[in-house]
Amino acid sequence: MIASTNGTSIAERFTGKNFDVRVLRQDGPGRPSYWERHRVAYERDMNVISVLQRIAAQSQTSDGAPVSPVVWDSNCLEEVCGACTMVVNGKVQQACTALVDRLLSENPEGIELRPMTKFPVIRDLFVDRRRVFNALKKVKAWIPVDGYYDMGPGPRQSQAAQEERYPLSQCMSCGCCLEACPQYSKIELTRRERESAAAFDLRQQAAWNQAFIGAHAISQVVLFNEHPTGKMNAGERIEALTSSGGVQVCGNAQNCVAVCPKEIPLTTSIAKAGRAVTVYKIANFFKR
Amino acid sequence: MAKPKVMIIGGGLAGLSATMKLAELGLDVDLMSLVPVKRSHSVCAQGGINAVNNMTRQEGDDEWLHLDDTVYGGDFLQHQPPVKEMAYWAPKVVDLMDRLGVTFNRTQEGFLDNRRFGGTLYKRTAFAGATTGQQLLYALDEQVRRHEQSGRVTKYEYWDFLGPVLDDQGACRGCVAQDLVTMEIRAFPADALILGTGGCGLIFGRSTMSMVCTGSAASRAFQAGAKYANGEFVQVHPTAIPGADKLRLMSESARGEGGRVWVPRKPQDPRQPRDIPESERYYFLEERYPEYGNLVPRDIATREIFNVCTKEGLSVEPGRLCVYLDLTHLPRELLDRKLGGILEIYEKFQGVDPRDVPMKIFPAVHYFMGGLWADYERSADGGLVAGSPRNQQTNIPGMYAIGECDYQYHGGNRLGANSLLSCIFTGLFVAPGIETWLNSLPHGTAAEQPSSLFEQARRQKQQQHEALLARDRGTENPYLIHQELGDVMTRNVTVVRRNDQLREAYEQICQLEQRAARASLSDTGQWTNQNVVFTKALMDMFPLAKVVTKGALLRDECRGAHFKPEFAMPPIHTEDPIERRREAEAWCDRFEANNKKWLKSTIAVYGKDGEPQISYEDVDTSLIPPRPRLYGLVGAEIIEQVWKERAAARETSPSDGNGAAGEPRSQTASTAH
Repeated sequence: MIASTNGTSIAERFTGKNFDVRVLRQDGPGRPSYWERHRVAYERDMNVISVLQRIAAQSQTSDGAPVSPVVWDSNCLEEVCGACTMVVNGKVQQACTALVDRLLSENPEGIELRPMTKFPVIRDLFVDRRRVFNALKKVKAWIPVDGYYDMGPGPRQSQAAQEERYPLSQCMSCGCCLEACPQYSKIELTRRERESAAAFDLRQQAAWNQAFIGAHAISQVVLFNEHPTGKMNAGERIEALTSSGGVQVCGNAQNCVAVCPKEIPLTTSIAKAGRAVTVYKIANFFKR
Repeated sequence: MAKPKVMIIGGGLAGLSATMKLAELGLDVDLMSLVPVKRSHSVCAQGGINAVNNMTRQEGDDEWLHLDDTVYGGDFLQHQPPVKEMAYWAPKVVDLMDRLGVTFNRTQEGFLDNRRFGGTLYKRTAFAGATTGQQLLYALDEQVRRHEQSGRVTKYEYWDFLGPVLDDQGACRGCVAQDLVTMEIRAFPADALILGTGGCGLIFGRSTMSMVCTGSAASRAFQAGAKYANGEFVQVHPTAIPGADKLRLMSESARGEGGRVWVPRKPQDPRQPRDIPESERYYFLEERYPEYGNLVPRDIATREIFNVCTKEGLSVEPGRLCVYLDLTHLPRELLDRKLGGILEIYEKFQGVDPRDVPMKIFPAVHYFMGGLWADYERSADGGLVAGSPRNQQTNIPGMYAIGECDYQYHGGNRLGANSLLSCIFTGLFVAPGIETWLNSLPHGTAAEQPSSLFEQARRQKQQQHEALLARDRGTENPYLIHQELGDVMTRNVTVVRRNDQLREAYEQICQLEQRAARASLSDTGQWTNQNVVFTKALMDMFPLAKVVTKGALLRDECRGAHFKPEFAMPPIHTEDPIERRREAEAWCDRFEANNKKWLKSTIAVYGKDGEPQISYEDVDTSLIPPRPRLYGLVGAEIIEQVWKERAAARETSPSDGNGAAGEPRSQTASTAH
């Protein structure tokens, strides 16, 4: 049971009462954002997802004004899919593991929900994170197998190697590390007049590829370069990290590792990747 | 001839493995999903994936026994050839996933480690920590991204499948779908349409399933004429953590390590659990099943927990159904070492440390054995013909079903760690059949069909969409109707089923459906309108809710997860040997008669009046003759003895087709697993 500052439990204090939820809303890309206040009846075992579900069902503000439901992204609600990432009381996290009792014990005034700031808002709390997945393409985050016919088992691997790789492979591309990173900034382009959708996509992708790739993708390079088969193409992934927006952009603020919900050792990965890039550059220098 | 194209709906394990394999075969694939595919529901699977391995083989295991465990666990409701093919493919599937870089746990020599799962005697389950589903999904997601990069695969993420496009002959020519961001509705010509859209947990309100598991895609296919099979077979997991938004799984290992299930003897005792003395605690599993205690089989544990809360009114909390799962008597060191991972999940979501305070748990809807009816082509050796376009094809030509939304592999009850297998297997196996199908398209490619076919289908969905937006502001709220539907389904159509309650539930579903037709939207905009998308999904929940409920109502027997106490087979209590023998003979007679009547797939079709029409189809049990599941039944020994004598006698006389009798093989496994 979570206790509030004066000793009584949050459940005791709030049962039968309402609490305030302030949501930073935005009707669409390029539109102004605005705060909206909702009142939600306290229930036990609530998380921010269930708060948003109640808000959707109520579809009115605390003043009784009818409004459309707040839009948000979610799926598994078990903190394994990464969808419901948002900024809750100033901290980037998954809405599913943001427990109301804990939030109210930290701040009995209510709960404040904002969309992530490093990605373009599609609507309300729902943001466009395609750039996160694009980064996985840039670093070729996959094992380049010959094909999917039966070729027998994969390479044998030690327990120690599995224990190194397993934490890295839990990255759910949620974007927390990017939201917290001072070097990662928002890229929001708008389609020009007479620009085709395909041309716009290409321009957008080019902009993403120029800018900082982020901790998650650097860590994926380590994940694949440490795999016996993945290692065969390690150079291609390291090459991607030496290009514009690569590992050199990291300013070592170490915010990423502090906010990662899966506690992935991101800074260790960045250090490893940094060393690999140095070795790669020196080797290339002598090859010339 | 224009180049044929494949559209896959759903980017979980099944959809991704199909995409990857089709791309390898050189086909262009469109992959559509409600969410970025890396966020699909498959990530929630924890346990592992089953396959015979080198070690179990030397202990006497083989693929035939994997098949046997699967059909025995499924109470013989599966057609056996697809299951056989899956079991024989399983080692290849695990090898492939290993090559794709899945971080499977390892032995100290560097081989894949395996654990033992329910329903088998062998350590056949490969696993990656407690996140096997996530790890498998990521490996497939990475391969598909690779093909996306090469231009072979085009992803449509945040798109909602609205229905198939059917031509005059009733063949599938593509689909209509809606962009969840811009709300654009578009027709996609496709020469094969594959649905890998998972289960329909949301028709039960809250379940262990993800938010996209509304069943809407399968329902829309059903409403367009696809058959839906074995809908009433729904697996309920005994222990889940109740939440305001969803029910999260609590692994069986908590009981395996000594966890005890109890409720206060005094209904809704307001005291803290630690203040309730032993004498006032009711350890109902231990009292009722002294032999198995807290580790009774899953279906029994589920039923008992359900009964103690509903029938006996002993739920721990007044407003909510739950019992205690208590670990607090165990040393912290042991809990940290053996159960650390799952206890952290509880702590993370409940904000309570289960080492100090008993967990509150309740059964939750977890998996759908039933789904879209799919075909197969049987090979001479009792497996499937590789590359046959019939494999996984629904009754709508050109439309396929794979993964959880297909009904073929788990019969009346699914074994743990077989679902990841069936998803990846069907995804891989369907691909060469699709290739054959595309090479023999009867009336040209979809791209060559008149554009009016697609425009008409698109316009129809557009009109439905606009009519929904234009509804008058009524009094009904779609979110609240969904809650009510979930309550009705959970109360009446889950663990214990009674015909009077099922009849009443069906009535209530019909009333809710009528109310949903009057539900109005709180968002009538044309940009990222989740309100209208949810309302559509809600309306499509009713046809499936009816299929599940009606199937359950009509099936007057107990089989697998479907339990009707009124029709349960009786135990044998008598000690008198002659009487025992007589009762066992009668028991076996009744078992055979019941199989003759009910060992059949339930087939639902969407009637013109919108009601499901139910019929039954024989099951191919030609590989392993059905036998009684006797786990935990009093008198099992004598029943088993009589049954074996009958089976032996049958071996000398010819089989009589479907049902109880079949071609017995010499290699008959024991009935008491």
